[in-house]
Amino acid sequence: MSSAVDAAVAGAFRDEWGRVVATVIRVTGDWDLAEECAQDAFAQAIERWPRDGVPRNPGAWLTTTARNRAVDRLRRAATGQLKVHEAAVLSSSDEPGDVDDSGVSDDRLRLIFTCCHPALSPETRVALTLRTLAGLTTSEIARAFLVPEQTMAQRLVRAKRKIRNAGIPYRVSPAHLLPERTAAVLAVLYLLFNEGYAATEGSDLVRRQLCAEAIRLGRLLVALMPDEPEARGLLALMLLHDARRAARVDARGEVVSLEHQDRTLWDRQAIAEGVELLDAALRRERPGPYQVQAAIAACHATAPDAASTDWVEIAGLYGRLAAMVPSPVVALNRAVAVAMADGPDAGLAMVDELERSGRLAGYHLLPATKADLLRRVGRGDEAAVAYRAALELAATDSEQRYLRRRLAEVTA
Amino acid sequence: MRYLLMICTDENAIAAQSPEESAAMLGRYGTWAEEMGSRGVLQGGERLRPTTDATTVQVHDGEVLTTDGPFAETKEQIGGYFVVDCKDLDEAIEVAAKLPAAEHGTIEVRPIWEM
Repeated sequence: MSSAVDAAVAGAFRDEWGRVVATVIRVTGDWDLAEECAQDAFAQAIERWPRDGVPRNPGAWLTTTARNRAVDRLRRAATGQLKVHEAAVLSSSDEPGDVDDSGVSDDRLRLIFTCCHPALSPETRVALTLRTLAGLTTSEIARAFLVPEQTMAQRLVRAKRKIRNAGIPYRVSPAHLLPERTAAVLAVLYLLFNEGYAATEGSDLVRRQLCAEAIRLGRLLVALMPDEPEARGLLALMLLHDARRAARVDARGEVVSLEHQDRTLWDRQAIAEGVELLDAALRRERPGPYQVQAAIAACHATAPDAASTDWVEIAGLYGRLAAMVPSPVVALNRAVAVAMADGPDAGLAMVDELERSGRLAGYHLLPATKADLLRRVGRGDEAAVAYRAALELAATDSEQRYLRRRLAEVTA
Repeated sequence: MRYLLMICTDENAIAAQSPEESAAMLGRYGTWAEEMGSRGVLQGGERLRPTTDATTVQVHDGEVLTTDGPFAETKEQIGGYFVVDCKDLDEAIEVAAKLPAAEHGTIEVRPIWEM
């Protein structure tokens, strides 16, 4: 096979797998059959495209091939059985891309909303999205989430069984459920991104590729939901974080904090795209937590150096985020930003309040943040106490090394 | 699709209700049942006596073993059930969420295994 045809098949797999599976699910209602027929269609493409040439619209070719295959298989299974009505429904069913009563014309959007249904567990939502929409294999997903392949295979089987048996509808949620369900879809993509982002250079390549998958699915969601500013906000947020990838780890594999990163390593093109997406989202004047987080990331990404970071703006944005997302972790980040904008004492007051609330008990970054602020106002003895408390809670080696260095400084 | 809605609540809290609270709760169930009946969703359902009135039965080697009490000691107990016929799980969730018990207890939504 020529490398051009190879590339065409690989490209079609990346771009069209989700569409092919999504359409066959809509037509047959059978998730396993849809995956099998999509695989068959790609196998046929490998066989035929070198001989017949790459079709002008590979997606349509693959969808039709998979769909015909599904109809054939159901007809054959129906012979002499009561399944005849299924095949009859199929032969009269609408063409791909038809609009159903939800007014949605793209099957991939139905697929992603179904995969992210709140009646499925969060881990299942992520796995199902990667398998059916992104086309990752079960073994790739298992490796990415560090679980045995058998466990992941079972999780996927159970999920598909529940969708069928519990009557989870294959559709984009109706208007009255849409805000809540869209938030669930966005949360799945962000979870996917963070899994990849947390993976270090030493980790399995598949794990690191989760960021690229999340961004790819984020682009798809923006294209499918152009009026949803939070989808744009999330894509912007992911791009702005991903732009710093090359600077996040030093030559020895140590995590480099934002302040000390070599900004010449940041991906300027990704930053420009992220900022542009964010501006487009903000113009709709329907703010949400992803847009605000993207705005914070954009403040960092567009500062020429750490010293010129606009902390007053960032502290204000964290204030808005805290009002939208009542999370103690957001409150802690806000305290750090306020300390940078208005001085360590203002930040310390907020950290003390959080500590009194007990909402972050056991979270090492609470005493670690308090220790850093105490050190900056010259209260070394109290800082040492807080660093020791943080050390007891810190889980990773690199965090412990950082805290020990700081502790040595204040006790010197 | 048919679903069983199991109403799981703390029966001690229900027992401690004043007669006025109890009447108000029953009134809300009545309103719910009226809406679901007129929508063609509600197929049936009953309120259950508390687990203090329950008996569990098992047969071991042909011998019937009866025990006083429910099959498991839990914080919440099944206090009643409804069978509803819904378009899909989204409708069943909407119907379940409107039950008064959803505010202080838990509603388990189980698809019925049609034979």
